[in-house]
Amino acid sequence: MKDVISKKVLDMQPSGIRAFFDLVLGMKDVISLGVGEPDFVTPWQIREAGIYSLEQGFTSYTSNKGLYKLRLSISRHLKNKYGLDYNPDNEILVTVGVSEGFDLALRAIINPQDKILIPTPNYVSYGPLAELAGGVPVYIDTRKNNFKLSPKSLEEKIDTKTKAIIFNYPNNPTGVSYRKKELEEIKKVILKHNLICISDEIYGDLTYGFEHTPFATLTGAKKNTIYLDGFSKSYAMTGWRVGFACGPQDLIAAMTKIHQYTIMCVSITAQMAACEALQSGRKSVEEMKREYSRRREFIVGALNKIGLGCVKPDGAFYVFPSIKNTGYDSLEFAQRLLKEQKVAVVPGTAFGAGGEGYVRMSYATGLDKLKEAIARIEEFLPA
Amino acid sequence: MDEILEILEKDARLSPEEIAKLIKKDVKSVKSAIKKYEKEGVILKYRTVLNKELVREEENYVRALIEVNLVPQKDLGFDHVAERIYQFPEVTSCYLISGTYDLLLVIEGKNIHTVSNFVSEKLAPMENVRGTVTHFLLKKYKEDGVILKHKEENKRINISY
Repeated sequence: MKDVISKKVLDMQPSGIRAFFDLVLGMKDVISLGVGEPDFVTPWQIREAGIYSLEQGFTSYTSNKGLYKLRLSISRHLKNKYGLDYNPDNEILVTVGVSEGFDLALRAIINPQDKILIPTPNYVSYGPLAELAGGVPVYIDTRKNNFKLSPKSLEEKIDTKTKAIIFNYPNNPTGVSYRKKELEEIKKVILKHNLICISDEIYGDLTYGFEHTPFATLTGAKKNTIYLDGFSKSYAMTGWRVGFACGPQDLIAAMTKIHQYTIMCVSITAQMAACEALQSGRKSVEEMKREYSRRREFIVGALNKIGLGCVKPDGAFYVFPSIKNTGYDSLEFAQRLLKEQKVAVVPGTAFGAGGEGYVRMSYATGLDKLKEAIARIEEFLPA
Repeated sequence: MDEILEILEKDARLSPEEIAKLIKKDVKSVKSAIKKYEKEGVILKYRTVLNKELVREEENYVRALIEVNLVPQKDLGFDHVAERIYQFPEVTSCYLISGTYDLLLVIEGKNIHTVSNFVSEKLAPMENVRGTVTHFLLKKYKEDGVILKHKEENKRINISY
C-alpha cells in the first residue's frame, strides 16, 4: 500500500512535538500555559444569539461568501475602527477561521516554486500549507532583532521568485507587534518588489499600549494586501470557527472559487453568532483585553525576576521567554517542567527552527493559576 | 471606572503591591488612590462573598423580599421612614423603588418565624407603613454578578497552538 498517500503529504513535515502534546493531554492536574485560546467562554449574548438562530430555524446553507448581514457588519466595523473600506459585495469573504483564510490565500496566488516569505518563529501551519499549495517557504529568522522583522532582513531574502510574505502581528508565538512607523518601512520593501502581503491580524484587537494598525491601512498597501482576521481570539470564539478575509476584488474572487468547492460556506449558526459579536460584543472585548494586559504585566515581571528573560510582548496573550540559561533545549525544558512540576508550556521549536532556545507561555489563564505556575517554574529552575 | 476599583471589585485580597504590578504604576500612587477611595466612601468595605446555602450551620436560614407601601411624610419624603426601617439588623438591603410600592427590603432570618415576626411586630405596625407583601426566596441563582453554582472545569484542551 506504499503509494496510497500522496507524495506531497508524505513529504509534509510532521510536527516534531506531537509526542509532547500527547503527553500533556494524557496528564492530569496540569497547570497549562500551553493553550492557544482564551480562558473566557464566549460572552453570553453571543452564545444566546447562536441558540436563538437555531430556535428560529436558521439551519441552511448561506451564500458562499457568507451571510450578507455579517459581511456588511464586518465592513462597517472595519470602517469605524480603522477607517478601512471593504465592499461587502465583493471584497469580503467569511472563512472557517483565519486558518482557512490563509490556506485559500496561498492556494489562490501560488504558482509552482513561487517563494513565500515567512518571518520566524511563526504560527505552525504557514510552512506546510505553502508547500501543499506548491510554493517554497523561505524563512526569515527574527531572533537577532528581538523577534522583529527588519526591512533589511526582508529585502535580503527577496528574489525574482518571491511572490508573497505571510506577516503575522501581533505574533503567535512571540507577542511582538509593530507600530505604524515600523510598518511603513516594511511596506516600502513589499511594494518595491510588488509582493503580496498575507496579513494575519487575528490578534489585532489584543494590542497593548498602542493602537493596532492594519497593514491595509498603510498608504498604497491595500491593493497588495490580503487582510485576515476573525472572531476567535477577540471574542473568545475559537470553537465557532469564524474568520474573514478582505482584499482586492480579484483576489477575493479567486479565494471564493476554492472556498465554494471545498467549504461551501461557514456554519450558519456561527455566522449568526458572529453578527451578534460585532453588534454587542465590543464591550466584552475591551474587558478581556484589560484583564490580559494585567496578566501580561504580572507574568513578564515575574519571569524576568526568576531569570527567564523575555521581551515584553506588544500583543496577543503569549510571552516567549529565553530558556538558554537553563542548559536545556526547548523540548527538554518543556518535558522536564511537565514531568517535575506539572506545568505545560510549548517548546519554541514548535514554531520553527527560529524558536530553539525559547518556550511559549500563554497568559490566557487566570491570575491565580499564573502565580502558581510561576512558583512551580521557579522551583524547577536549577539553583 | 478606575482600573484599581475594577480589580478590587473582582478580588479584594490583592495587595497594593500586586495591583501596582498589574497596571504598571508605582505602589505609592496605588496606595494613595485606595486611601482616597476609602475616605470618600467609594470603597465601603472589603468582604468575602459566601454561598450561604452551602454553609452547614445556615441550613435553616431564610431570606425574603418585602414590598413596603409607605405614607410619605411632609418635608421628609421617604428618607426618614426608610431610615427607621433599614436600621433593623434583619434588613440586609433596602431600596426605594418606582412603581406600585415604595421600598423593597431584603430580610434575613433564621427561619420563617423570625421573618414573619419581624414583619408583623416591627414593620407592619409602623405608623407610616401602609402595607407589606412578603416573598420568601426559594433559590438563589446569581447575586451581585456572581453565579452561585460551583465552577465547572475549564473545557479547553490543555495544549494547542
